[in-house]
Amino acid sequence: MSFTSNSLIIEKYLRKDMLPTIFCTGCGIGSVMNFALRAIHDLNIDINKTVFVSGIGCSSRIPGYIYSDGLHSLHGRAIAYATGVKLANPELKVVVFTGDGDCGAIGGNHFLHAIRRNVDLTVISINNFTYGMTGGQVAPTTPLKSKTTTTPYGNIEYPIDLSMIAKVIGAPYVARWTTAHPVQCISSIKKALQRKGFSFVEVLSPCPTSYGRLNKMGTTLDMTKYFKESTINIKLYEKMLAEGKITDKIVIGEFVDIEKEDFNTKYKKFCSDLK
Amino acid sequence: MANDFIKLLGKKNLFIQGDEAVVYGALIANCRFFAGYPITPATEVAEGMAIWMPKLGGIYIQMEDEIASIAAVIGASCTGVKSMTATSGPGFSLMQECIGYACMAEIPCVIVNVQRGGPSTGQPTEAAQGDVMQAMWGTHGDHQVIALAPKSVQETLDLTIEAFNLSEDYRVPVILLLDAEIGHMREKVVLPEITDIRVEERVPATIGADKYRPYRTGFTRSSKVPEFAPFGSGYKTYVTGLTHDKRGFPVTTSAEVHEELVRRLIEKVHDDIDMIWYYESSFLEDAEIIVVSYGTTSRPAVSAVKMARKNDIKVGHVRLITIWPFNYEKMRNLLKNAHTIIVPEMNLGQMIHPIREIVERNTKVISAPKIGGAIHTPYEILKIIEGNKN
Amino acid sequence: MKAGIRISGFGGQGIILSGVIVGKAAVLDGFNVVQTQSYGPEARGGFTRSEVVISDEEIDYPKVESATVSIIMSQEAFFKYALRTKREGIIIYDPELIPDNRIEGNFKLAEINATRTASELGTKIVANIVMLGAFNEVCSLISKDAMIESIKDSIPKMLDLNLSAFEAGKKKVKIKT
Repeated sequence: MSFTSNSLIIEKYLRKDMLPTIFCTGCGIGSVMNFALRAIHDLNIDINKTVFVSGIGCSSRIPGYIYSDGLHSLHGRAIAYATGVKLANPELKVVVFTGDGDCGAIGGNHFLHAIRRNVDLTVISINNFTYGMTGGQVAPTTPLKSKTTTTPYGNIEYPIDLSMIAKVIGAPYVARWTTAHPVQCISSIKKALQRKGFSFVEVLSPCPTSYGRLNKMGTTLDMTKYFKESTINIKLYEKMLAEGKITDKIVIGEFVDIEKEDFNTKYKKFCSDLK
Repeated sequence: MANDFIKLLGKKNLFIQGDEAVVYGALIANCRFFAGYPITPATEVAEGMAIWMPKLGGIYIQMEDEIASIAAVIGASCTGVKSMTATSGPGFSLMQECIGYACMAEIPCVIVNVQRGGPSTGQPTEAAQGDVMQAMWGTHGDHQVIALAPKSVQETLDLTIEAFNLSEDYRVPVILLLDAEIGHMREKVVLPEITDIRVEERVPATIGADKYRPYRTGFTRSSKVPEFAPFGSGYKTYVTGLTHDKRGFPVTTSAEVHEELVRRLIEKVHDDIDMIWYYESSFLEDAEIIVVSYGTTSRPAVSAVKMARKNDIKVGHVRLITIWPFNYEKMRNLLKNAHTIIVPEMNLGQMIHPIREIVERNTKVISAPKIGGAIHTPYEILKIIEGNKN
Repeated sequence: MKAGIRISGFGGQGIILSGVIVGKAAVLDGFNVVQTQSYGPEARGGFTRSEVVISDEEIDYPKVESATVSIIMSQEAFFKYALRTKREGIIIYDPELIPDNRIEGNFKLAEINATRTASELGTKIVANIVMLGAFNEVCSLISKDAMIESIKDSIPKMLDLNLSAFEAGKKKVKIKT
């Protein structure tokens, strides 16, 4: 990977009159936006033919800062809106930014069905374990025992694993990293952007203001340390499993990378068969 | 100008259902994206689209629910493709949040609601007009949609084309209110001559991309409707449901920006109300009693008025074709000489409210409700007319 | 001229399709036509009714009040609709489906063993077309050519069988007085 300066990314891709962003100090969302733009830059993707779609939440503000077509939709509906965009104009590259609540709770059903249809979308889910925009409530991804404003005595609900859902429903590309793994993350976003069909990259990202503060990880440094210590690479994890060992760490890495015909291609074929 | 669908269909005289007329009208209007979810009594619209769209190079997709359907329709419309969904009461309720989004972000789309008995799951196979107020006020916040109510299968086809035209002209969601009766009714339909069809295309942005402001008005048209740059055209349009300035950027705490935007969303439609408010009237010259109706209910209403006229009762009829926005001024003029207004509706009294608002204080306004599925018989309406003659 | 035809029975008998065939045929004969229907949520069984209003003028009220012709294919429908036929109107029914077919009033009654006739032709499902043959024989509202054209357009599959069913209905219908 060639080194690209931040100032070049800002100059080329950001909507400068929208800056500064609303993100808190130490928030990881800006980093993920940076990763995605670097991937787009490295792949030389035509930004005029790229649409960024989002729902509601902190991470859903990303499309507003990118100088391109952006669709800031409703809470949970980003993938459904994006499906309409991609089907109506298959020439567009459609990238969805969605949070863990947006994607896994209110928008969970759209997530499942877009994977089932294999719509050609790149979905980047920024998972900060909480509802940041509303001040840190419990999310479907909040770990057990974690404190949030609506689980003041600790969370008793088992969290869902968005990447595993994407895998079992059949997404052709699935990877999970954290903001503490920028190189791997950019490399996965690049693969996702190039993979035809539903590609999913989950990025664990710090929310020091809400989640971190309530769980004794009030700085980005604390959270970065947590990401490093509490995750395990899939390759290592599989080796451990083979040796009969178990771990409760969060598994990261590339989970799926296969070829699978996408919806638009199938639709086009069946239409031409009709004629 | 050739019309792909008319050419493909290859015949002009049809015997089709209201739901099918929606499909034909939409395809004539160059609708090329349909997303929906099965629901009685609107399913035939989806089934028709599933047959025709792939043959016309358009997209038909059955989504996972009604929310996803209208969401996909809005997404598709952002790329410049005319888009539509069709549903009934329960699905229409689910769509409300996205309808508000389409109002706020000014994304043209057509939503067909084949009304059935409600509330809730109610009477799936029975006709009703219970969603009239919801069509106007269903989504939260101040806004203005356009809603049309056809009375026949032929008019369903014609008004579906018009729904797309109005939606493109004003960049608003247009709601076509059918009911189970008209949706499933079959009638003779004659496709319009190609030369007689107005098919309005979206007004594209013409200003240079560097000077482009997605929500600035007064460039390509004189109205308060902004020009439209579809996604992928290089204009880099940001679309949001948040209160936004002319650049499309969220500005959520400024009273001025909010008021200017929301007022414009309403005014852009109301400024042209006399052009978009379609109605029909008969026997008004000497009418002392006027029956006001819309949709299917207009059919027994017309029969009743004709019967009453034969009995020398001075009764007239006004049929609302555009039901929202309501043309207060025009309605006041039409109704001012009557001593009694009768409003038959297949609900317990909805459209009667704006009518009560506009009549003179000494005018009697009588609701003639009917719910449960059967449409009014002419005799039921005639009895009320006879009971109110002087 | 204005006439109302009401076809009734239960779901699965092709009641609505019969209404569509009659309606389409009337359009071919140049009439204004409205066809409506009423049915429950069941795809099979349950109560079904289809109505066709035919007129040479514009049709306002789309429903049939007193039918000019009632075509009835179930006992329940007979109880419900036989009497809602106009004076001197025609009631066409299948006596094997409607054993209790006593009725008083000034009606023209036409019997056709539609279900049995259809079974003899190979399948019960064309019983509705046998009924339509009987209808076309006892009532001159709609031309035979238009009825056949409409059947061809509405049920292109198994056309020969359906045309045989139509002819059998025409031949076997018996007028009672």
